[in-house]
Amino acid sequence: MASADLLADPPPSLYEARKGVYPKKVDGPFRRFKWAIMGITLAIYYGTPWIRWDRGPYAPDQAVLVDLANRRFYMFQIEIWPHEFYYVAGLLIMAGIGLFVVTSAVGRAWCGYACPQTVWTDLFQHVDRLVDGDRNAQIRLANGPWTAEKIAKRTVKYAIYLTIAFWTGGAWIMYFADAPTLTREFWSGDAALVAYGTVAVLTATTFILGGFLREQVCIYMCPWPRIQTAMMDEKSLLVTYKDWRGEPRGSTKKAQAHPGAFGDCIDCNQCVAVCPTGIDIREGPQIGCITCALCIDACDGVMAQVGRPRGLIDYCTLDDAAAEKAGGVAQPIRKTLLRPRTLIYLGIWGAIGAAMLFSLGQRTRLDLAVQHERSPLYVQLSDGMIRNNYTLKLRNMETRPRRVEVSVTGLDGAQLWTEAGSREEAAQRVEISLPPDSVTPVKLFIAAPGKGPARQDFTIATRGLDGKERGDSDTIQFDRPETAE
Amino acid sequence: MVDSDNFPAAAGGKRIDEATGTSTVGHEWDGIEELDTPMPRWWLWTFYATIVWALIYVILYPAWPLVNSATTGVLGWTSRGELEKEMRADAVRRAPIVNAIAATPIADLTAKPELMRAAVQGGSAAFKVHCVQCHGAGGAGVAKLYPSLTDDDWLWGGDLTSIAYTVEHGIRNPDHKVTRTSLMPAFGRDGILDAKAIADVVSHIRVISGQEKPSASATRGATIFADNCAVCHGAKGEGDRKVGAPKLTDAIWLYGGDRASLTATIDAPRNGVMPRWGERLDPVTIKMLTAYVYSLGGGEKSALAPAPMPAASEAKGPGANGQR
Repeated sequence: MASADLLADPPPSLYEARKGVYPKKVDGPFRRFKWAIMGITLAIYYGTPWIRWDRGPYAPDQAVLVDLANRRFYMFQIEIWPHEFYYVAGLLIMAGIGLFVVTSAVGRAWCGYACPQTVWTDLFQHVDRLVDGDRNAQIRLANGPWTAEKIAKRTVKYAIYLTIAFWTGGAWIMYFADAPTLTREFWSGDAALVAYGTVAVLTATTFILGGFLREQVCIYMCPWPRIQTAMMDEKSLLVTYKDWRGEPRGSTKKAQAHPGAFGDCIDCNQCVAVCPTGIDIREGPQIGCITCALCIDACDGVMAQVGRPRGLIDYCTLDDAAAEKAGGVAQPIRKTLLRPRTLIYLGIWGAIGAAMLFSLGQRTRLDLAVQHERSPLYVQLSDGMIRNNYTLKLRNMETRPRRVEVSVTGLDGAQLWTEAGSREEAAQRVEISLPPDSVTPVKLFIAAPGKGPARQDFTIATRGLDGKERGDSDTIQFDRPETAE
Repeated sequence: MVDSDNFPAAAGGKRIDEATGTSTVGHEWDGIEELDTPMPRWWLWTFYATIVWALIYVILYPAWPLVNSATTGVLGWTSRGELEKEMRADAVRRAPIVNAIAATPIADLTAKPELMRAAVQGGSAAFKVHCVQCHGAGGAGVAKLYPSLTDDDWLWGGDLTSIAYTVEHGIRNPDHKVTRTSLMPAFGRDGILDAKAIADVVSHIRVISGQEKPSASATRGATIFADNCAVCHGAKGEGDRKVGAPKLTDAIWLYGGDRASLTATIDAPRNGVMPRWGERLDPVTIKMLTAYVYSLGGGEKSALAPAPMPAASEAKGPGANGQR
């Protein structure tokens, strides 16, 4: 049976070649808005590593720096240590909820305007137009034979692609080292191998994802459209073809011949021609639509030419669509944007931000972690006292050297000394110098009278001796032999 | 040839979905159907690329398991070879600090905190290999067997030079001329003192160490102590590091300070032995071990007893600073 069935019809291909997308040039408010967003995001991406920020002699002067080697993250006046990574986690959560806010209010605006895949694809499509001409010229060239002109144009185009891709990869590594130094090292061949590797990988991915895969990334690879599909509801703004106004479609000629028989859509196909993902918005909401709104610009332009009101394709919620279809009016845009769901997301987003700012303002920059050495738990000293050993980790998170005091409370008759000192100089407190922006391990010896409980809690505290006292303390145990009581 | 009209039914209910124009896979669960959307072609290319990559990898790197080994690959790469490379690189990285430690006299090590820190770290690693078997993790010692290295009581001296000498030459190595050595007589076993005399000496020792109140027995013991023990342990029981004789007046007892333990020790002393590491370990490792033991908490800034090294001056080869 199987063989007969297989012979019956040529089975459809399991694989589908990419259909070329050659979006036409368009102008309008949304296109200009996209230009602005592209300019701002690219400027931020390429420019940020070059902003300088003075932090004194003990810290780098790059405003935004992810210093992996020394495990520090600098962002303007904020310095994050590895143990404070939860701030970064908080930022990521804020970014996630930020996407919720945006999706709830304006649908897939992230996809349409700010996503790097969209921005770079847009950039590469401008390169296409620059080298090959607009839509029709591009299609002619793509379908035409490999003439000298085509080879020349392709060479120039791919060279520009590669240049953009290379600068994209090159800008990325600047976030991880001092940008001017790294640039010098990069071109003189002295940079780390990982820098060249990263640039190579990012050049390749930018070249392939931006130059060739483009909308395939959004449709096949990216999880975000699927998540957004689940997050949208009937009150989210969508780019909508108002079929109740446009259908049935007909050219202006036909409409003149049969007044009243045709809708506003003149079936000029401009909305399809300008679409960067190659879809037909008139088929309704679909996963391929990134809501870049270029079809709105295109359609509004055509409607102006034929003297019909704008907005045949427009941002519209499913609720508004139903209302308009029934002859009602859409609710005001302010109400659509400021609905409770959006405001709740915004509230959560703002609360996390405020909490993080508050805790940033409250965090100590002198930290203490105490570890009780357990082999041996205690040491019998010759004069009958008992000594315990501790390893202190003193974190000086300020970019200046500091002098701090370590003292003990709750342990009567305690004598403290460090590796550098000796028992003869032991006292109730020790002073320690900390280098700037560093963790200093200190071996602390504490001797106490042999008579006492076998396990005793006490507190080790540290405070600054340079006017800024605020420090940290840790409660820890002092152990004695059971028989000493 | 089968009539093409029968194809959908024969293929298990496949049909063309209206909205997308795509065929379904033919299954249906409670009205839910699955579209047979074609894969993008580039996905197929990516799949072929991974196959090509795998072929190249198999040729270049160890891949096929054989009975006792695996195919070696054209590049000859092995993880053991990687390890050797890393170890060599690390040896190169450590060379300057190792050379600096080698060139620094042991007594000057504390004056150079950087070197001292490196030496303590290196010593900590070496200690775990060579020393923990007796002296315990962290040098805590073993009660009534091996001395703690963390306290402030030293049999042979707790300054860097003395510790280095002990580590290098060992204790009571009969076949080594410059080893640290001494021998406490077996007062009971060899019949030097009778049981009553030993009991009196034990009383005396427990009085001078503050563990018992003075008694008639202790007074008798004081005389016996002066005649038999003071020559090494000192008239007041203060000990003598020249001969590794422990102080008897403090709170630290290597073999126990209670009556039974003291009696056993005087009856038949242990005379503990430690190997000489000078012939097994290189001078830098010995310096590192010294620095580590010194750092455990009991290190002494300078030698309390002058020249606590028996026969060190008459031995020509090994120097006092632990270098050979």
